[in-house]
Amino acid sequence: MNDMPMNDVVLELEKLNIALPPGADRAHAATDIDLVLRAGEVTCLIGESGSGKSLVARSILGLLPGPHVRVSSGRILFEGQDLARATPAQMRKVRGARISMIFQEPMTALNPLHTIGRQIGEVLRIHTKLGAAARRARVIELLESVHLPEPAQLLRSFPHQLSGGQRQRAMIAMALALRPRLLIADEPTTALDVTTQAQILKLIRDLQHQHGTAVLFITHDFGVVADIADTVAVLQKGTLVEQGRTAQVLGHPAHPYTQALIAAVPKLMPPPVRAPNTAPFVVQARDVRKTYGARGFFGGRVTHALDGVSIELRRGETLGLVGESGSGKSTLARAITRLMTVDSGEILLSGRDIARMTRLQLRPYRKRVQMVFQDPYGSLDPRQRVVDIIAEGPIIHGTQPELARDEARALLALVGLDPSAANRFAHEFSGGQRQRIGIARALALRPEVLVADEPVSALDVSVQAQVLALLADVKARLHLSMLFVTHDLRVALQVCDRIAVMQRGRVVEVAPTAEIYGAPKHPYTKALFAALPGANWQETVYA
Amino acid sequence: MRLLRYLGHRLLLAVPVILGIVVLNFFLIHLAPGDAASVLAGESGAATPEYMALLRHKFGLDQPLSTQFYVYLLNMAHFDLGYSFRNDSPVVGLILDRLGPTLLLMLTAFVVALICGTLLGLVAATGRRTWRDPVISVISLIAYATPGFWLGLMMIVVFAIRLAWLPTSGLDTVGADNEGWDEVVDIARHMVMPALSLSLFYLAVYARVMRASVLEQTGMDYVVTARAKGQTEIRVMLGHVLRNALLPVVTMAGVQAGNLIGGSIVVETVFGWPGIGTLAFNALQSRDLNLLLGIFFVSACLVVVVNLVVDLIYVSLDPRIER
Amino acid sequence: MREALQRFARNRLAVFGACVLIGLLVLVAISPLVFPGDPFRLAGKPLQAPDRVFLFGTDTLGRDVAAGIAYGARTSLLIGVGATLSAIVFGAMVGGFAGYYRGGVEIVLMRVTEFFQTIPAFVLAILIVAILSPSVSSEIIAIAAVSWPGIARLVRGEFVALGGREFVQACAGLGASDARIIFRHMLPNCASSIIAVGSLLIGTSILTEAGLAFLGLGDPNVMSWGLIISAGRAVLRSAWWICTFPGIAILLTVLGVNLVGDGLNEALNPKLARR
Repeated sequence: MNDMPMNDVVLELEKLNIALPPGADRAHAATDIDLVLRAGEVTCLIGESGSGKSLVARSILGLLPGPHVRVSSGRILFEGQDLARATPAQMRKVRGARISMIFQEPMTALNPLHTIGRQIGEVLRIHTKLGAAARRARVIELLESVHLPEPAQLLRSFPHQLSGGQRQRAMIAMALALRPRLLIADEPTTALDVTTQAQILKLIRDLQHQHGTAVLFITHDFGVVADIADTVAVLQKGTLVEQGRTAQVLGHPAHPYTQALIAAVPKLMPPPVRAPNTAPFVVQARDVRKTYGARGFFGGRVTHALDGVSIELRRGETLGLVGESGSGKSTLARAITRLMTVDSGEILLSGRDIARMTRLQLRPYRKRVQMVFQDPYGSLDPRQRVVDIIAEGPIIHGTQPELARDEARALLALVGLDPSAANRFAHEFSGGQRQRIGIARALALRPEVLVADEPVSALDVSVQAQVLALLADVKARLHLSMLFVTHDLRVALQVCDRIAVMQRGRVVEVAPTAEIYGAPKHPYTKALFAALPGANWQETVYA
Repeated sequence: MRLLRYLGHRLLLAVPVILGIVVLNFFLIHLAPGDAASVLAGESGAATPEYMALLRHKFGLDQPLSTQFYVYLLNMAHFDLGYSFRNDSPVVGLILDRLGPTLLLMLTAFVVALICGTLLGLVAATGRRTWRDPVISVISLIAYATPGFWLGLMMIVVFAIRLAWLPTSGLDTVGADNEGWDEVVDIARHMVMPALSLSLFYLAVYARVMRASVLEQTGMDYVVTARAKGQTEIRVMLGHVLRNALLPVVTMAGVQAGNLIGGSIVVETVFGWPGIGTLAFNALQSRDLNLLLGIFFVSACLVVVVNLVVDLIYVSLDPRIER
Repeated sequence: MREALQRFARNRLAVFGACVLIGLLVLVAISPLVFPGDPFRLAGKPLQAPDRVFLFGTDTLGRDVAAGIAYGARTSLLIGVGATLSAIVFGAMVGGFAGYYRGGVEIVLMRVTEFFQTIPAFVLAILIVAILSPSVSSEIIAIAAVSWPGIARLVRGEFVALGGREFVQACAGLGASDARIIFRHMLPNCASSIIAVGSLLIGTSILTEAGLAFLGLGDPNVMSWGLIISAGRAVLRSAWWICTFPGIAILLTVLGVNLVGDGLNEALNPKLARR
């Protein structure tokens, strides 16, 4: 990718400024952005949440939300025209025909009430004079070009009848219907599973090669950048801090912010081989089954969330539970913490089966297994003070409230928060800080087992590294055993001693981390590793 | 096909509702102070002792409650709602005679409210930063707070008494044997005020729901997609937003169907409209509880039918509903 | 809480509504002073048009319409608030049970709720009052009986949503009892929605009460707005004022209640209402 010739300039951003409404955390979402997009090249705009990357993308098509967020100065030059000053009518001629866009969440980006065929055909209806039959033929052609099966039938399907990957393919077909010169992709694979993500990235790459389209690809993931980008631009709080060829920026980042971001990406390498853990089991799940089903008058579909799962967790061990969405990993985590009951099977906690215990019997066991949740915004009661959130567990289990609150304040220091945090409310904290509060709440009961359900998935990569470090630290200090649920193999490799790979409600492979990295046995595990974005990049960098 | 299966499913669900109404009716009869027979006979003292004895026997009132319920159920299954002494005729006949005018009034008011309300809501939502939104919002707020019967009375004062533009009451002009088109015009002139005073409240309801719904939908991603395709604003609104925004309005229309019948009772009373409402008012005056129960039963069945229709409209609008 | 109050104060319509309601409460408080004696008392000649002495005229029996309106305000507010509170308590219980325990309990309770939402509410209210015989308490019972389903569905929906939220699960994971989860975590988090919907329900209840009284189902011994209109209806042609002013009173009251309700909704749920 390095030695491609410099191509024609398709779009040029000149000193672009995007103003935010008064009262926002900063005056401008983007400040003095200079960016050049060339034909046949993929340019990645990378940044953490709140960096303004999506707004930059939307400003090009004049799709900024509301009257308050607007381009305040600068030029957006496209085919000799300044899009920042184009009239609505001129803008409409460009949209969909010369520049098109795909979005993060294809489910909401498609109109739920219109068929796929109608939505793709709409682009042709707006910009061409094709008749109905010709449009139909062209739509089928387009659906074929994005490798969707049975296009003639898909034409009549509604968005909800497609899978996430299929919907994103349909969006791409729609975006490329008129061979635009520029495609803007706003985190198009973030909502997708890793294997689907790999397919979509390949599709975008292939189509872009075929047509010589320029692509502006918005992402937060350096792995994706490594896989798809020709050039990279790094955005920090609305300012472009670094841009250049991909190999240059990823291999030798110049700006401290870029360096910090890249350093925070979990390394794709196995931890050093450790002596096998032979401590006794703390948690054993045996042949656990759970089905969700719509039992109705007329029957209904039944999903096997857990289809005979057995796992074992030894004292002091971190076991990773890895799988894509719908694999049953979160269900298993909730079964082990008894937040949900299972249909059959045993869940042994230090040898005692808790799967069928009544609430009363369960109570003393509750505090031995505690959970850290995924959503830093949803996992703390918005109406409680931090100190009460943390102290609630001990109070429930009979500790004097005053004592419990004192201990809670001590725990704040343990998880790296200022003692002054105690009397504030959850919404006053950032995502990473909230996750620390969540960890403190789990630790307050002095558990033996910590079940962490995607604890860093909602966090930016730099914060992610800090929270992972904290988890490793408290685990070692308090001699905890940990069940670590994640969809991210990279994170799992960094954190776990052993990894269990789940697919469709079953555990398909369990092995020590080094082993599963070096020689995955199950085809699905292999597929997961193969789909990991940026695998080559890190191997070359860290080899 | 999908629609038919759905219809079958909904029909099955309607059965327990009808059954529930029967149970509720039975419960209400026994809640009333005094002998159930006197409730069934209507105004106490109006019925002869022989008839009361007959009633007791017919409804098994001398037998245990379970038998009474069984007998009651059986009667209802045959659509036998009893006899109104006051009106000297069977309840079913009385109600069916008055059903036509009520349906006419309700449907007219419903259609007016739905169409105007939706339009106003759409205009308000699309004119957020113009004079249109506040003006429409204030109008609908006032309409939402106005009692329908009072509005009717005020219209009578202004349009019938002061200006003498419209007739005060009735379905048509008494004694004027109009035929064909003349009769339609005559009925329409009589219906203007009742239909308006009945519909205004619901018009405000739909306008509010529609406005909120349009605003919600305009913020959705698929609207951005449609704009990114190069679609004009007006087509984005009509082609994409409108249908999505209508779904909550349709749901609300189903919920309000029952209330529309209640509203038409008061409005009919104001305008002497010869429908079920006036019948109910007269039954109230003469304490003919059995007739009232009959009206309740029939109007509830009516609502079940309306809900069925609304459900079908909803399914045909929204492909996401599988059954 | 202070933020919510500030948001409310910035909403001009809501402040107007609050002023109307405060004015009404003042009227209720001072009516015995301004209009001493029984509002049913014959104060002057029948059917006098509004003048200096009788601001809103007199009715068919020579009762002061203005006095009737002042005393009727108490009835309307009493019934509106009483019925709404009963509906909220009952509806929240039904909805809370359904939304917390899910499963069979939920199916049964929500079917019953839907049933009561389907049947014509006003007709049922008429029946209940007719059977219990007209009085303030039977009006409250009847209106509450037809308004609880909305609250039940709201609370059930909120509880189902909250039950899926991680902070509630976290609390269950700590070993908290059902009561603690419900009263410490779930109810406080849906209180703002209940307040907002409940305040709108007061307006609807007042309208329903007026309708019942208009049909002759008001308490015959307690002055109410619907009662005055119902009595004045027969002389609409000659004495328009008897029906007009109580109706305006109803309109203003319900408008005020609704404006305050909308304002509360926007102030307490800023995310939902900011559109």
